[in-house]
Amino acid sequence: MTVQNPQISGGFSPVESEFKPATAQRYRWDRIFWFASLAAVVISLLVLLVLLIDVLTDGLPRLSWQFLTTFPSRRAEEAGLLSALVGSIYLLFIVAIFAFPIGVGAGIFLEEFVADSWFENIIEVNISNLAGVPSIIYGLLGLAMFVRLMEPITGGRSLLAGGLTLALLVLPVIIVSTREALRAVPDSLRLAGFALGATRWQVVREQILPQAFPGILTGMILALSRAIGETAALITIGALTFISFLPESWRDPFTALPIQIYNWVSRPQKPFHINSAAGIIVLMALLLLMNSVAIYLRNRFQRRF
Amino acid sequence: MASFRLFRLYYCGVLCSFYGLSGMTSDSPNAQAAGLWQPNRQLNKRVEAIVKVLFGGFALISVVTTLGIVLTLIFETFEFFREVPLWRFLSDRQWTPLFSNAQYGIWVLVSATLLTTGIAILVALPLGLLAAVYLSEYANPKVRKWLKPALEILAGVPSVVFGYFALLTVTPFLRSFIPGLQGFNALSAGLILGVSIIPLVASLSEDALYSVPDSLRQGSYAIGATKRETITSVVIPAALSGIVASFILAVSRAIGETMIVSLAAGQNPTLGFNPLVPVMTMTAFIVQVSLGDTPAGSLAYKSIFAVGMTLFLMTLVLNIISFWVVRRFREKYE
Repeated sequence: MTVQNPQISGGFSPVESEFKPATAQRYRWDRIFWFASLAAVVISLLVLLVLLIDVLTDGLPRLSWQFLTTFPSRRAEEAGLLSALVGSIYLLFIVAIFAFPIGVGAGIFLEEFVADSWFENIIEVNISNLAGVPSIIYGLLGLAMFVRLMEPITGGRSLLAGGLTLALLVLPVIIVSTREALRAVPDSLRLAGFALGATRWQVVREQILPQAFPGILTGMILALSRAIGETAALITIGALTFISFLPESWRDPFTALPIQIYNWVSRPQKPFHINSAAGIIVLMALLLLMNSVAIYLRNRFQRRF
Repeated sequence: MASFRLFRLYYCGVLCSFYGLSGMTSDSPNAQAAGLWQPNRQLNKRVEAIVKVLFGGFALISVVTTLGIVLTLIFETFEFFREVPLWRFLSDRQWTPLFSNAQYGIWVLVSATLLTTGIAILVALPLGLLAAVYLSEYANPKVRKWLKPALEILAGVPSVVFGYFALLTVTPFLRSFIPGLQGFNALSAGLILGVSIIPLVASLSEDALYSVPDSLRQGSYAIGATKRETITSVVIPAALSGIVASFILAVSRAIGETMIVSLAAGQNPTLGFNPLVPVMTMTAFIVQVSLGDTPAGSLAYKSIFAVGMTLFLMTLVLNIISFWVVRRFREKYE
C-alpha cells in the first residue's frame, strides 16, 4: 500500500538516482583486503618456517652425542653442551619444587576460599600487573634479593638463586591456569560435597582438584617451558657463560641452555655460530617435547561438563 | 590489613572447631550412636584453618613480589641518585657510565629503545591486526584450528632464538641490498622484535574481534555492506578497546624485550634515531653490565637499577593505560 503511494516513491526517486552501488569496485577492495589479511598470517608463519629451516640446516650437522656430553671449550669444534643442559634440567626441578605448590595453593585460595572478595580483587590486579613486568626486571629483583640479600642461604650466583628468580617469574602463569582449571569444575560438585558435611578443603582435595588436575598440569608445563627459554633474568642475576664442571649442589654456580646459546651467538667466530644453532635445536626439541606432553594431557584427560 | 584478615580467618577456624566439637558431644543422644560414628571434626577444621592460612600466604607472595620489585628498584635508584644528580641523568647527552669521565644521559638509551620499539610496532601492528581479522572473520573453523596453534608456536620461541635469527640471518640478508647497514643495527633487531610480538597482538585482537556479536555483522550485511566494509566500519570499531589494549601491551612487551636487541642491535650508546647503526637499548645496557663482573655497591651496579627503574616505570604506565582503555571504552554485549 505505502509503496504505491506516489508521494513517497517520488521522494525516493532522486536518492535512487544518486546512489551508485559501484559493486565491482567494492568487491575488488574486498578481495584485496581478504588477500592482505591472509598474507599477514602467511608472512608470520613463513618467518617461523624460515627460522626453523635456517637453524636446522646450520645446526643439524653439528648435533651429535659428543656435542651433548662434553663441556664447553675455547675451541668451537670440541665444545659441548653438557653443563648447560644439566644446568637447565636442575633449574627446572628447582622451579617446579617452589613454583608448583605455591602457585597451585595460591590459585586454590583465590578461587575456592576467597572468591569475589576485596582480597581476591587486589591480588588479581596485582597478578595481571606482574604479568606485564619485563623479565629483566625480575632479574634485577633476583640480583638484589636472592644473590645479595640472601647470600648466606643461596650462596650467591647459584642454581638456587636462579631457580627462585625463575619461580617468581612463572608464578603468575601457574596461578592463572590453576584458577581457570578450578573455574571449569561445575559448582554442583562442590555443593554435593558440602551437603555431605565435608569441609571446604576436603571438597577441594577429594573432588575438585582431581577434576581440575589435567588443566593445572597443562599450566605447569607451560610455565616450565617459559622458564627453560628465559635468558634475560638469568644473565642479570649473573649466571656464568663458561662453566666446565657440573654443579654439585644447588648452591653452586651454573649455566643454562639459553645462556650458552647467547654466549655462542655473541662470539664473532663462525664455528661458534654453528654450535649455537645446534644448541637451539636441543632447546627447541625440549620445548616441543614439553608442549606435546601438555597437549596430550589436555586431550587425554580433559572432561567437559 | 591483609594479615589482620588472615589472622581473623584463622581465629575463626579455631573457634569454630572448638564449637563444632562441643556441639557434637553435647547433642549426641546415646552412647551407641556415638560409638558407631565418630567424626573427627576438630581435626578437619584445624586442617582447614591451616590450609587456609598457608594458601593465603602463598597468594600473598605475588604481592610480596611486587613490593620487592618496587622497593629494590627504589632503594638502589635512590643510592644511584645520591652520587649522580637527577638533572645529569636527564640532561647529559652521552651514556658512558663505565668510562673515567662518566656521563649519564638516559635519553641515549631511551631513544634506542623507542627506535627498536617503533620499528617493531610498524611490523607487528598491521600484520598482527590483519592476522587477527583473518582468524576471526575469514578462516573457517578447520583452518583456524591449525593456524592458532601455529601462531602459539611462534609465541613460544625463546627470545634468544629470535636474537640468533636477527643477527646471523636477517642482518646479512638486509645488508645485501641496504648499503651502509652495519653488522649490528636497530633495523633488523626491530623487525624481528616485531615478528616476535605478532602473536601477542594477533591473539588479543582476535579475542576482541571474536567477541563482537554476530547480530552486528548481520545488521551491516542487511543494509548492503560488503564483508570488508562490515569488518572495517562495524566489527573493528566495536572491538576497538580490546585492539588498542593489545597494541599498548605489545609496545610494553617490545620495550622490555632483551635478548633480541642486545644480540642484534649492538652495544653502542648513540643518541639519535638512525636505524642503520648500532644502538644500545636500556635492556641491552643491563645485560652488558651483568655480563661483566660488577661488585655490589659500585656505581655501575647501581646504574643498572636506575635504568631498570626507568624501564619499569615505562612498562607500568603502559600497562595501566591498557587496563584503563579496556575498562573505560569496552562495549558490552550480553
